[in-house]
Amino acid sequence: MFMPKLSSLCSHRNYRAYLFLLICMLSMNVFADQLEPVSQNNPDQINLGQLNLGQALSQSEIEKYSITVSPDGKHLPKGQGSVANGRELYNNQCKMCHGESGIEGPAARLAGTNGWISFSDPLRILRIKEYPILLISVGGMWPYASSIYDYIRRAMPHYAPKSLSNNQVYALTAYLLYLNELVDEKTILDKHSLLKIKMPSHIKSATDKNNDHHQ
Amino acid sequence: MKTKLLKPVASGGLFDRRTFLLSGLALSSAYPLTSIAKTVGTTFPQWMKTPGRDATAYGQPSSHETHIQRHLEKNTPETAFFSIWKTPIANQRGIITPSGLHFTTSHNGIPDIDPEKHQLMIHGLVDKPLKFDVETLLRYPMVSNIHFLECAGNTAPNAVSFTALDQDCQELFGQISGSEWSGVPLKYLLQEAGLKSSAKWVIVEGADGGSHARSIPLEKLLDDAIIALYQNGERLRPAQGYPMRLFLPGWEGNTNVKWVHRLEVTDKPAFTKDESGLYSDILADGKIQRFSFHMDVKSVITHPSGKQVLPEKKGFYEISGLAWSGHGKIKQVEVSADGGLTWAKAHLDQPVLSKSLTRFYIPWQWQGESATILSRATDEQGNRQPTRDQWREKYASYSFNHYNAIQAWQIDREGVVKNVYA
Repeated sequence: MFMPKLSSLCSHRNYRAYLFLLICMLSMNVFADQLEPVSQNNPDQINLGQLNLGQALSQSEIEKYSITVSPDGKHLPKGQGSVANGRELYNNQCKMCHGESGIEGPAARLAGTNGWISFSDPLRILRIKEYPILLISVGGMWPYASSIYDYIRRAMPHYAPKSLSNNQVYALTAYLLYLNELVDEKTILDKHSLLKIKMPSHIKSATDKNNDHHQ
Repeated sequence: MKTKLLKPVASGGLFDRRTFLLSGLALSSAYPLTSIAKTVGTTFPQWMKTPGRDATAYGQPSSHETHIQRHLEKNTPETAFFSIWKTPIANQRGIITPSGLHFTTSHNGIPDIDPEKHQLMIHGLVDKPLKFDVETLLRYPMVSNIHFLECAGNTAPNAVSFTALDQDCQELFGQISGSEWSGVPLKYLLQEAGLKSSAKWVIVEGADGGSHARSIPLEKLLDDAIIALYQNGERLRPAQGYPMRLFLPGWEGNTNVKWVHRLEVTDKPAFTKDESGLYSDILADGKIQRFSFHMDVKSVITHPSGKQVLPEKKGFYEISGLAWSGHGKIKQVEVSADGGLTWAKAHLDQPVLSKSLTRFYIPWQWQGESATILSRATDEQGNRQPTRDQWREKYASYSFNHYNAIQAWQIDREGVVKNVYA
């Protein structure tokens, strides 16, 4: 639509006539076309789920970061590790925080049952008094052995996360399962055998109270 | 005393807030004017006779308030860097916690992230895997909402200790805070990536040393979840997830993944470390309750509270506290000053917002005798706080998460306030 510039309009001798015309145009809403783009910016009329500002994420980038291991074995790598190797790694890199047998703390209890007392650990109540977090254990709570592999690989040891090889993580997982009496001393753990482990707390899972997100 | 003007609303000295405010007892006494000396300066304090200092580029609290600090939970194993810093809620008013005092918990410390190298990735069961850098996210339409954030383990000592420990409000309730959180609704980003029909869960992961991860049901992320970039008007503090965190209104703190960098859309939960162990609850029959996300209705009287001392016998005090619910708005808070025999409705400060802290008040005249004060909140869904015994019945004796029982403070004849089990 033609619109005279304000400066030329004002300098024109007949500016009164233009002004009159402008007022008539405004009152007749002939600028409606020009107002239209403004209303298109109204969030109600834009599909906010299709702003398309995100960049494509490549398959190689995805693979670089996909470390989450699921109970069905997704992202569980090839490789293997023995209880014997795991014990050596544990004594060198884990014992100082988790204790000689995975129950002493101060860091999270790895082995045994949950609760205040245990006949296999007569000092348990004293340990809990100092570190209440030792009330529960990996062996007593965790429903899937895949989670042990997942967490050691992403976060342990605490002072150097992501520093263990896939085989070392299998070895440490095997040793934790051994401390929980779920595998014997000669075990060599790999993807196949890890997925066969039945954790004692698996059968204890209750239905979710809020959302019914049970499996 | 003008006490006859006041309208008692329950026994033990609780009064109607409106008549209390109108009675004049709420106002402090007026100061008499002093006679004019040679210069008025002789009677004025020093700070009224010298020019003040200039402001600073980033303001700090008064030097007289520097003792108001977060407090590190002592009984967590420091060797494991699992640190819990509790907020001093008994020193705060209103419903917003200053960002620097907001409680913070981390399982592997606070990472030092370069925002220019940080990206939020979305992949898995989507049509187009996408990545967003900080600059890109700042271009999206944002929402701002005031919400509470509470650690699942808040008030754990009262859940598991056989005797009530002599602890203060900060030690017992310091893992609750309130903030205005601003960010991008996550549904925009998930819709842009295009969700496959089998998508049900999202494994949300942080960019910290331990790659903290939680499995979150997709329906929550499509509801009111945001990728938060701002807290109380400024970019997130490092301890709160700088440059970005997931914020899930009303859900346990641990699910609000800080330093978020990756969303893997799946059909099943991953059973990450925290959802497998520490953030599950053990029921009375030994069954394990997993994925208990909501923080239930809860309240606490902050003024007066544990380890405080009431300065004046038989004096007037305004009982004040906070109530909140992960299921919606607070509908009412009742207060008792006689150990739970009689209850009165407290005044709720506006605004009363969904999944937010709500401040309540009720005037109280302490009668100088031993007294037990309690608060009991009800939310708009009709959920009401249980007694400690009712709560304990549901859980194993060693289960400590999601404790929301009615809190009792006992005031002895000397005015000393103590944590007790009512």
